[in-house]
This record gives sequence, structure tokens and C-alpha cells, in this order.
Amino acid sequence: MLIKIRPDQIDIPLASEITPQEVFASRRAFIAKMAAGAIAGGGMGLIGSGNAFAQSATARKLAAKLNSSYAVMDKPTAYQDATTYNNYYEFGTDKSDPAKTAGTLKTNPWTVSIEGEVKKPFTLDLDALTKLAPLEERIYRLRCVEGWSMVIPWIGYSLSALIKKADPTGNAKYIEFVTLADKKQMPGLSDPILQWPYTEGLRMDEANHPLTLLTLGMYGEVLPNQNGAPVRVVVPWKYGFKSAKSIVKIRFLKEQPKTAWNMYAAREYGFYSNVNPEVDHPRWSQATERRIGEDGFFARKRKTLMFNGYNDVAGLYTGMDLKKYF
Amino acid sequence: MSALNRLNALKNLSTRQVLYLRNVLFVLALLPLARLVLFVFLDRLGANPIEFITRNTGDWALYFLTITLAVTPLRRLTGWNWLVRLRRMLGLYAFFYVFLHFTIFFWLDHFFDFQEMWKDIVKRPFITVGMLAFALLIPLAITSTNAMVRRLGGKRWQWLHRLTYVIVPLGVLHFWWVKAGKNLLAQPILFTTIVAALLLMRILSQKNRQQLAQLFSRRDAGAGAGTDLVKESK
Repeated sequence: MLIKIRPDQIDIPLASEITPQEVFASRRAFIAKMAAGAIAGGGMGLIGSGNAFAQSATARKLAAKLNSSYAVMDKPTAYQDATTYNNYYEFGTDKSDPAKTAGTLKTNPWTVSIEGEVKKPFTLDLDALTKLAPLEERIYRLRCVEGWSMVIPWIGYSLSALIKKADPTGNAKYIEFVTLADKKQMPGLSDPILQWPYTEGLRMDEANHPLTLLTLGMYGEVLPNQNGAPVRVVVPWKYGFKSAKSIVKIRFLKEQPKTAWNMYAAREYGFYSNVNPEVDHPRWSQATERRIGEDGFFARKRKTLMFNGYNDVAGLYTGMDLKKYF
Repeated sequence: MSALNRLNALKNLSTRQVLYLRNVLFVLALLPLARLVLFVFLDRLGANPIEFITRNTGDWALYFLTITLAVTPLRRLTGWNWLVRLRRMLGLYAFFYVFLHFTIFFWLDHFFDFQEMWKDIVKRPFITVGMLAFALLIPLAITSTNAMVRRLGGKRWQWLHRLTYVIVPLGVLHFWWVKAGKNLLAQPILFTTIVAALLLMRILSQKNRQQLAQLFSRRDAGAGAGTDLVKESK
């Protein structure tokens, strides 16, 4: 896998792929020490991303085979950018906040409970989740509703594998993701910005689409906390906020669930929120996007693709007015 | 020396002292821009540099607009009349940062595509009010020179520059709408409160205004009143 790294970046995230584990681990420890030193010395401001390094220092490698039929040709975003520019309000509203504050998130032990319209509710721990299906690496485009995009090498498997195991009843028409909301671990929860816990949802056929990824890692490692550790979904043809992070509950429902951003502003954030260059957000155009870390300073923004370029999913919406169901 | 005495001592600064202060302020007001330029070279603007610059110049535009609006109330409270001699420069810096903010929008966001930009301005209220505030600032910047004050005459000049009372609230509204989309209203509420207080202080100082009215009628009778008004009015 090719990742462009700017010469000024000292961390080499993909070293895991070419370096023996012990050497790799010691290098990580060294970086962690450096970062810790920077923090202790009050040098945080200068290092800036010290915590992001600290985060990755504890990251475990996660083995997965690249599934080339789910790998876009776009150049993956630099690890540094993908782990320091995050919308994760539970850890603060500034995009640089989660990398600094998500260290308090405890991802082990972790369980996900499967509830609602299923034959028999049950819970899965992280180990069971990881072993449920073979892990694949998939390189997906990620388009944020704010008008920027990244390309991320995720690790996981199709959510459909979990749905199969959950064995939903015929009544299950929708799936809801309920995410962690714990004030002790998440400083952002003291702001009533959204209704916590953050919830998201999909129609069953969307959830069962092979592109919908139950995600446990990225860049060859388990998910960094600020990216939704330890388990999240990734729905690459929808705006990023649909891809719920740090999931603790998956509910199968008869009715369309209420979702976090939709509850805040239904006019701005629809339930479907498919990437669509023809349907503007009320406050900005969705026709173009800025690719993080790649498009030069003075480069024109690139054209946003229908369904973020994932035309396979068009069949899910046959006959639907996507301007109405945005 | 007691605190009150010290405060009173600051009432009468010599022209040289005021000029010195103004020079210091001139350099200080350039620091936000210098920081941005430095960050470009140090690659410290984060993952989305253009967003960073857009927000940062917008923030500083709002800071300078608010500071400019604070000059007169502050002068009244402290009796430091020389403060007004810093006001033009502060106002011009507000214009400068608004101009940078606009330039980023027009250049790096729309690549000088006037049609696209116009579509955005008409369609999106937060851009409409931002652009309106910018447009209203232009005549104020143009008429900021001593020569223009003389040409307009003090009274007309002052009426024109009362546009500030519209421009700053428009800027705050623009900021509010930008932040409201993500439900981040703490800062917009803070700026609304400050600006509302600064405007309210003007309304409430009825007595002062009456005194000023007398002052103006005296001044207008004299020759070359305009230049003085830049320094002394409001």
C-alpha cells in the first residue's frame, strides 16, 4: 500500500508492515517516550500532535488481507491527518480535540449488545467481534458533510456477517447504532450539543450492503480512540456522520430510528444523507470537496461524486426522490 | 501612587506618547497575520489549512471590529481621550482582516468564479450578511483619510461612519449562523453580549450625547473642524 508521507513527518505509521514486530514495538515506545517528554516539558504547543503519537504508540497491530475489490485507487490520506482532524464531539468540538482528549477512552473490556427485533438478544465482546468473520483491509473514500474528504484504509468485515449472526426477525426494517456516552471518559458530554448518546441508523438493506463495514482498525492497527475505537461502522457512500463510532449497542427496529444530527437539525441533516453533489446543504454547496492533505494549497476543490463514487448502491434507492429523502 | 491617580495620569498623554503607542499597536495588530504566514512555512496549519486560515482571519476580523466599537465607551469610562486617536487604525485593521477573510473565500474557495460566488451569496444567508458587512466597510475604509474627512465635512463623515453600528452586528450574525449549524453557540453568545453592551452604552449615554451636540455646534462654527472631529468626535 502506498502512503504519501511528507518529508517533515517523523512518524512512519506503516512501519508495521515492513518492520519486525519487536523493532516496531520499541520504536513505538521510543516515540511514546518522546511524546510524553514533550508533554511533561510543556512542549505540547510546539509538538502539537504529541498526543496523537502517544495514541498510536499503544496501538496494536491488526492483521488483515487487502480486499482489492473494495479498494479505491485514490491515494490514502496521511495517518497523521486522519488521526488529528476528527469530528468526534464526545471528545470536544474542535477537530484537533479528539486526538488530544480521547486518551481517556477505555476500549477494553468492551461489549456490544445486540437487541430489538432479533430471535434472541445477546452480547459480544471485542474478541468475539474480531473473530466473527475474516478481517479485510478496504480502502474507502470518506466524505464529510462539511465539504472535505479523506481516503482511509479501514480494517473490518461486512456488517452483514454480524447481522446474519444476530438473526433478526422479519419485523426488522431498520438498524440503530447506539454509541458510548460516559461522562467519565468523554469530556465533550458536558456540552449538550447533541442528544447523548449519539445514535445513527440505516435501513436494513443499506446495513446489509456488502460495502457497509463493521470496522475494528485502520492503517494496519486497531482503531485509534479518536477514530471511534474499538468498533464503529463505515458507510462510505454516506456523509461521515452516518458512520457511528465506539458502538455499544446495535438495535434492530420496525421503525426508522431517530438519529443524532437529524434530531438537532432535520432540515440540514437527513436520515439518508447519501453523498449527493446535487443536493446542497442549506449553508453550503455539496458539489465539490477538498481532499485533505492532497489537494495543494491553491488547488481547485475536486468534484464530489454521486454516492461518493460508490454507484453499486444506486439500486437501493430506485424510484426514490433523493432530493426529498436527502 | 494610588490606582486612581495612576488612571488619571493616563488621561493626558503627550502626542509623542500617543504616536509611540500607535506604532506599537500597529506592529501588534500584524502579529495574527505573521503567525499565519509562519504556520504556512512550519506546516502547522493542520490537516485543512484553508479552513484554518478562513476561520482565523474571520476571528481576527471580529476581534478588531469589536475592539474598534469599544474605543468610545472605553474613552468615556476612563477619560482617556487619546484612545480615539488609535481608532482609525483599529478600524482599518478590522477592514484588513475582513478583506483577507473575503479574499480566501473568493480565491481559494471559489477560484475567482464570480458567478459561483454570487450564487453562494444570494442563496446562503450567512454569506449574504457577511458580504453585506464587507461591502459596507468599503466606503468607511475609503473615507478614512484626513483628506476625505475634510471633503465630506465632519458631520456627514460621522453619519457615514455610524454604519459601524450596523456592520459589527452583521459580523456577529454571520459568526452566529456559521456556528449555529454545529450548535456551537458559546462564542457567538459572548460576542453578541459584548457588542450589545457596547451599543447599549452609546444609547444610554444620553447625557453625554447632549453634551456632544453642544460641542458639535461649537465646532461646526469654527473653520477646518473636520480634522479635529476625527480625533475628538463620538
